[in-house]
Amino acid sequence: MLSLGTILLILLVLMVLSALWAVMATDLLRSTIALALTSVFLAIAIYMMGAPLAAVFELSVCAGLITVVFISAISMIKPEGNTRKEDLARKRRKRLKKYIPLPILLAVAGVLLWLNRVDLPFTPDADVFPLTLSEIMWDVRRVDIAGQAVMILVGVFGIVVLFKEFVRRGKGGEE
Amino acid sequence: MITLYIALPLAVVLLLNLSPRRTANALSLWCGLVLTVFAGAYTLAMPHVPGLADAFDPANRVLQWKIEAGNLAGVMFLSIALVVFSAFWVGRYLIADSNRRFIFNNLLLLCMTGMNGIVLSNDLFTLYVFLEVVAASSFILIALERTNAGLEGAFKYVLLSAVATVLVLSSMALIFVLVGSLDYGTVKAVLTSGQLDAATSRFVTFAIGLFVVGLFIKGGMVPFHGWLPDAYSSAPTASSVLLGGIVTKAAGVFTLIQLAQNVFGWDKPSPVLLAVGTLSIAVGAFAALGQRNFKRMLAYSSISQIGYIIIGLGAANEVAVVGAILHLFNHSTFKTLLFVNSAAVEKQAGTVDMDKLGGLANKMPVTGFTSVLAMLSTAGVPPLSGFWSKLLIVLGVWLSGAHAVAVTAILLSVVTLAYFLSMQRRVFFGRLAPGLEGVKEAGGWLLVPEIVLAVITLGLGLTMPWFFNTFLVPLRSLWSL
Repeated sequence: MLSLGTILLILLVLMVLSALWAVMATDLLRSTIALALTSVFLAIAIYMMGAPLAAVFELSVCAGLITVVFISAISMIKPEGNTRKEDLARKRRKRLKKYIPLPILLAVAGVLLWLNRVDLPFTPDADVFPLTLSEIMWDVRRVDIAGQAVMILVGVFGIVVLFKEFVRRGKGGEE
Repeated sequence: MITLYIALPLAVVLLLNLSPRRTANALSLWCGLVLTVFAGAYTLAMPHVPGLADAFDPANRVLQWKIEAGNLAGVMFLSIALVVFSAFWVGRYLIADSNRRFIFNNLLLLCMTGMNGIVLSNDLFTLYVFLEVVAASSFILIALERTNAGLEGAFKYVLLSAVATVLVLSSMALIFVLVGSLDYGTVKAVLTSGQLDAATSRFVTFAIGLFVVGLFIKGGMVPFHGWLPDAYSSAPTASSVLLGGIVTKAAGVFTLIQLAQNVFGWDKPSPVLLAVGTLSIAVGAFAALGQRNFKRMLAYSSISQIGYIIIGLGAANEVAVVGAILHLFNHSTFKTLLFVNSAAVEKQAGTVDMDKLGGLANKMPVTGFTSVLAMLSTAGVPPLSGFWSKLLIVLGVWLSGAHAVAVTAILLSVVTLAYFLSMQRRVFFGRLAPGLEGVKEAGGWLLVPEIVLAVITLGLGLTMPWFFNTFLVPLRSLWSL
């Protein structure tokens, strides 16, 4: 049986690999799927570390909802014309060269952290936080929820500003 | 009723969007103007006793929110209201399409909500939520006209802002693990208790470092300033007024002052802040010297002026910090004024390229005169308001023992004067540039904010001896030294 530390390490490596894939992929759709995969690995890692609710949020919002939004956006726009195989391969090689220092850096940082184990002196646990999730969200963090509502309003205006005229043009001039 | 600062703008946005579109388009400007005037007047009338104002605030029972708004918050509310007020006028003048103007007005109100929220927060996570509200509305304000330059500027801002967010969030996570709370008071009590062991205090220092670097990015401090000139100069000028006037100050500088005092408990001169501040002053000033674009020059000038606020904070004594806060207010008035002037020039002469402008002072007397006032104030020429704040900052920095920084700050003030004189010569003085014979003074929509801001710049400078006792000495209580 693998220890928790080993499983987490494997998950983290998988997460970094799928994140790299998301950046490297020349196809938007694949990039989106890789991004969702990253979230899935992260969600499993969060679950293994004992935060099931955070894992559920990560899985449903980042892996689920956002992927749906991205894929529907991609299905609405036309893919680029230039999709010859050798071009794609060249593009991929170019990107690989550009991003090769990143995994090396991450690996070195990971090994360093692994060698100098960080023991933080205090970890909040259930004794310190007797509140349930709903109490925290609706009582302690009520202002932040209000802030989130403002954020969503900003997002709505952003979509109107940035995309409304595209939609108009797409439908042939009618609103 | 301090919660009104975030509740009212939000309510106005909701009401405007629920009413019929034609009425809302016409009303949005006037609602915004009335709201900002009300916010300013309310701030001036607010009792200057922390805690008293919201003792009977029913909104606090709904939001379960312990608010602390002292004198520093008052200064911020006033600056925010003033800049948003000016941005409304400029938007009315420059944005022709009424639908786009409606969205611009709404975004201004939402950004105002976010900035007021930053001022009111006393919890790190709440602060983060409102920081993001301000950042997101700024992205959209920069990209408002969907020009290529605007989209590029917004994209740069999005990227650097994301980096800042990662730093701030990681720092918060570390602080939460170490302290078990994100409440300003609790965190400060633990951090300043002196009972942390060596390993923990190393983590604390690391966490604070991450947070401060995140705020440096948000505030556009050198060497994290890469996004700022592009964002300011490529944004529609009405948005530049807001961004240059207050956004970086609320998101970066005010937050830094607030955290240094209420969370990190810094009470010793900080070499890092002094170094970053001096670097910002120098890089901003020298980069401004070489600009051709009026708005880009103002952006670099902002970096330089924010450096003065940072060295004031870094000196960490009453005189310097009071000077820094005063400079924050002053800078938001005279930099807004200069951006409004650039809006007038852009609209009337059709360009902000300083090599193609010249001799506009005769054609645009009010704009020319107010820009002379604003630039003299920025350069710290007495008796304008900028002189007093720079004087206090330099005195405070000298008292803290950082003599080299104080001398550098004074010398670089001369560079400020140099680039602004060159700007005046190329835009307003000298012979009229060819093709500008038909230029007229900007319309009333721009003259109102120009005159209001110029009166504040001049008036605050002339009445400073009076303000010093009624306005600045109470501020001292913020900084318990």
